[in-house]
Amino acid sequence: MTETLRHVRHVLTENPVTLLAAGLFVFFVLAAVLGPALAPYDPFASDAARALQPPSLRHWFGTDALGRDIFSRVLVATRLDMTIAISSVILAFAFGTLAGLAAGFMGGATDQAIGRLVDTIMAFPLFVLAMGIVAALGNTVTNIVLATAIINFPLYVRVARAETAQRKSAGFIEAARLSGDGEAAILFGQLLPNILPIMMVQASLTMGYAILNAAGLSFIGLGVRPPTPEWGIMVAEGAGLMISGEWWVALFPGLVLMLAVFCFNLLGDALRDIVDPRRRS
Amino acid sequence: MSDLLEVENLSVAFRTRGGLVRALENVSFSIARGETVALVGESGSGKSVTAYAAMGILDPAGQVTGGRIRFDGIDLTAAGRAEIEDLRGREMSMIFQNPRAALNPIRRVGTQIADVLLRHGNVRRADAPAEAVRLLAQVGIPDPARRARAYPFELSGGMCQRVMIAIALACSPALLIADEPTTGLDVTTQAVAMDLIRDLARERQMATLLITHDLSLASEYCDRVVVMHAGHVVESGPVAELLAAPRHPYTARLLAATPRPGIGLADLVAISGELPDLRRAEAGVCRFAGRCDRRQDDCAGLITPVPPGPLHHAACWNPL
Amino acid sequence: MTALLDVVNLQKIYPVGGLGKARGQLHAVDDVSFSIAPGETVGLVGESGCGKSTLVRLLARLHDPTAGSIRFGDTDLADMKARGFARRPERAAIQMVFQDAGESINPRYTAFEAIAAPLRRLRGLRGADLQRRVESLADATGIPRALLGRFPHQLSGGQKARVGIARAIAVEPRLLILDEPTAALDVSVQVVILKLLMELRERLGLSYLFVSHDINVVRLICDRVLVMYLGKIVEQGPTAEVLGRPAHPYTRALLSAVPELTLEPPPPRPRLGGEPRSPINPDPRICRFFGRCPDGRPACADSMPRLAPVGPAHAAACHFA
Repeated sequence: MTETLRHVRHVLTENPVTLLAAGLFVFFVLAAVLGPALAPYDPFASDAARALQPPSLRHWFGTDALGRDIFSRVLVATRLDMTIAISSVILAFAFGTLAGLAAGFMGGATDQAIGRLVDTIMAFPLFVLAMGIVAALGNTVTNIVLATAIINFPLYVRVARAETAQRKSAGFIEAARLSGDGEAAILFGQLLPNILPIMMVQASLTMGYAILNAAGLSFIGLGVRPPTPEWGIMVAEGAGLMISGEWWVALFPGLVLMLAVFCFNLLGDALRDIVDPRRRS
Repeated sequence: MSDLLEVENLSVAFRTRGGLVRALENVSFSIARGETVALVGESGSGKSVTAYAAMGILDPAGQVTGGRIRFDGIDLTAAGRAEIEDLRGREMSMIFQNPRAALNPIRRVGTQIADVLLRHGNVRRADAPAEAVRLLAQVGIPDPARRARAYPFELSGGMCQRVMIAIALACSPALLIADEPTTGLDVTTQAVAMDLIRDLARERQMATLLITHDLSLASEYCDRVVVMHAGHVVESGPVAELLAAPRHPYTARLLAATPRPGIGLADLVAISGELPDLRRAEAGVCRFAGRCDRRQDDCAGLITPVPPGPLHHAACWNPL
Repeated sequence: MTALLDVVNLQKIYPVGGLGKARGQLHAVDDVSFSIAPGETVGLVGESGCGKSTLVRLLARLHDPTAGSIRFGDTDLADMKARGFARRPERAAIQMVFQDAGESINPRYTAFEAIAAPLRRLRGLRGADLQRRVESLADATGIPRALLGRFPHQLSGGQKARVGIARAIAVEPRLLILDEPTAALDVSVQVVILKLLMELRERLGLSYLFVSHDINVVRLICDRVLVMYLGKIVEQGPTAEVLGRPAHPYTRALLSAVPELTLEPPPPRPRLGGEPRSPINPDPRICRFFGRCPDGRPACADSMPRLAPVGPAHAAACHFA
C-alpha cells in the first residue's frame, strides 16, 4: 500500500500541472460537499434593490437580475453539477465497459448485437438525443443523468471493445488458460484489470463532457429548472445581459465551468499514470 | 586514400529519468570502400546506437558528447541537417530489423521505391515507376511489374525484406548499414537476403556495416569484425584472425557461449556477471573487468581504446 | 515403454474468406502423427507458416483439432473441448513456456503473482503454503527472491524467461511444450536457460517438446527431431540422424541455410528460393514441397509422399529420399 502511495506522490509531484489539476479537483470536491454551508448568502434569496451589481467586496462575483449573490450560487451549484457528472459517468462507465468487454471477448452474435445498439445511439447527434430523452421523460435530475449516460455509453463500449479484442489473443491470456482460468476468470480477472487504466482515462475525459452536457441542457431550458442554481442555467441567464454590459452574470459561472472541465481532463493523465504499473520505475 | 566511414572516439549519452546513460564511450572503427564489416555485440552493447548516430537518427534524448563521425571526408557530427539529409538515402542508407515495420503500410511498394529515387536520384518523375520495377527485379522479386503495385501486407516477410533492400540500394549508396536484417526472418529467407546483399555489394563496390549478435553470420559474410561490449569497442580485426585467435576475453567468452556443431551443451559456457550500470560507470575504464576471470590490478586504470583501422587490436590489459 | 504422448492423424483446418463455394480451407495442421516418450526431448523445427504454432496450441488444448487424436497416458485429450479444459485434472499435466516471456505475463502481475496463479487455480494453494512453494520454484529456476515483487517490465529478458519457466513447472506437469523459449535472448543467457531446462528435466522427470527455428539449439538438447513443412511432418528421427544425414530435400535446404562459424568464406550453396505453396485448399495429390524442391520430378505431382523409413527410427516423406 505504501508503495502505491509513494507512486501517487511521485506522479503528483513530477509534473506541476498534474499537481494543479489535483488541487483543483480537491477544491471542487470540497465546494460540492461544503458549498451550501460556506456560501456567504442564501443562493435563493432575491433582493430587487441589489439587482445587477458588478463584482465588489460585498459580492465577489456581483449579483444577478434578481439580486441574488452570484458567488454563493456558483458555489452551491458545484454540488449539483458534480453529482450529475459523476453519476452519469459511473453509469456509462459500468455499462459501457461491460458491454465492450463482452463484445470484444465473445465476438460473433454478441458483438453484432452490441455493435448495432451502439450504432443506433451514434446515429443521432448526441446532444440532440440527450435533448430528446429529457424532453420525453421530463426535466428531472435523474433524467439528465440518464440522458448523459446514454450518449456517453458508445464511447466506452468502443474503447473497451477495441482494447479487449487487442488483448484477447495475447500471450498472457493463453498462459492464464494454461493456469486453469476459465472464460469468466479470463474476462474479469485478466482482461478487465488490464483495460481499466485506459477506461479510467476515458472516464475522466467524459466527466468534462458530462458537465458540459448538463450545463448545455440547462442552457436551453431542458435541464435543471430555475431557481435551482446550476452553472448552465446561470450562463443562460447571463447570456442576454452580456449585450447590455452586465458581463459578470455569465462570465463567472462560465469560468468555473471551464475550470472544472479543464481539471478533469488533466486528471485523466494523472490517473492513468497512477493506475498503470508500466509507468512505475 | 582515407576510409569511407571513420568513427573516431565517438561518445554518446542519453538523458533518462534515472540519470545520464553513457551509452557509447570512445568508440572508434573504420570501414574502407567496398569492405564488409560486422559490428557484433549482445543487447546493450551499443551497436545499434552507433549505427543510428552515424545515420543521424539518434533518439532526441541522445547526444553525441565527444568524438566525430566522418563519411567520405564529411564530418557528420558537425554537419547541418540539410547536408545529412542529402547524404542519407543517397550515399548512405540503412535497412532495419523488422521489414514490415519499415515500410509504409498504406503506400504501394513501387511508390515507396520511387519516392527515394525522386528525392535523391536524378530520375525524372515519368521514369521513376519503371526504374522502381527494374530495382525490384534486381533484388530477385518475381513478376516485379505486378508486385510493384502491391501493398506491404500483401507480401511475405522475405519479400518485404527484399523491398527494403531495393529501397536502400535505389540510389546506389556507397555505404549500406544493415541493423540485424535477419532477426525475425526464417533461416532460408535469411540466407537468400544475406546472399543478395553480398552479391549486390560486390557488384557495386558498396561498403556494408552489418550489425548482428550472430558471430556465425559475421564469419560467413564479413571481412572484418568489430566487437562491442557495454558501449566500448573491445576488439577489432580481420574475421578469420579474430575468430581463430581472439585477444579480448569477452570475444573468447562470446565464442564459448555460441552453439555450433561438434560442441555439446556441457561445453558451452555462459558469461558470468551482468552488464555494468552505464549511469554509474567510471569514465575511460574497462567495462568488462567486473565479469572477467583474467582481471588484474591494472584493469582498474584507464584503458587505451581500440584504434580505427584494419589491424587486429584488443582493448585489454591482459589479452589472450 | 508406452509413450507419454501419442498424436495420431491430427488435423486443424480453418475456413477462410469468401462466401459459400468461395470459402477456402486452410490446412494448418495436416495429418500429423508422432509420439513422445517419457523423459524424452523432441525438437520441432520448421519455418513460419509451417503450422508448428498451431500444432503446439492443439497439444496444449488451447484450441480444438478438426480431427485426430491426442492420446496422453490412457485418455484422448482430443475428446475434451478446449473451452472447459481448464477445469480438468489433465490441465496441469501439459504446460507451456512461451517465446515472448514478457508478453506471456500479465503486465499487472508481479513475478510472484505470475508464478502463483497456476498454483492457486490448479492446486488450491493459499497463504504460507503458496509462499513457500513460489519461493522454492524461484530458487529452483535461479530467480533471486528479491525480484519476486517486480513487474515484467522491470525484469531483464533472462529473468522473464525464468519466471515463465517457474510458472510452467509449478504444477508439476509431465509434458512441457517450449515455444522458442530462447529466441529473444542473448547467446550467453541462452546457455544458462538451456542448462536450467536440462537440469529441471532430469530432476523433475519431464518430457519436452522443444519448438525452435534455431537448428544449432535443437542439436544441443533434443533427442529426436520433427521437421514440419506446410502443416505436414516431412522428416523425423534421432537428432544426429536427421541433422547429419537429412533425407528430405527441405531438411537439406534448411540445414544448408544455417550460418556456421567458419574461418573461410563458405563455398556458394544452392539456396531455397521461391515461396511456399498455398496452404489453402491444397491439392491432396501434390507433394507440398513440389515447385520449390530442387529435386522435383513428375511423380511428385501424382501422389502425396508418406513418411517412410530411411534409416533406424528415421523416416522422411519423399518419393526419392
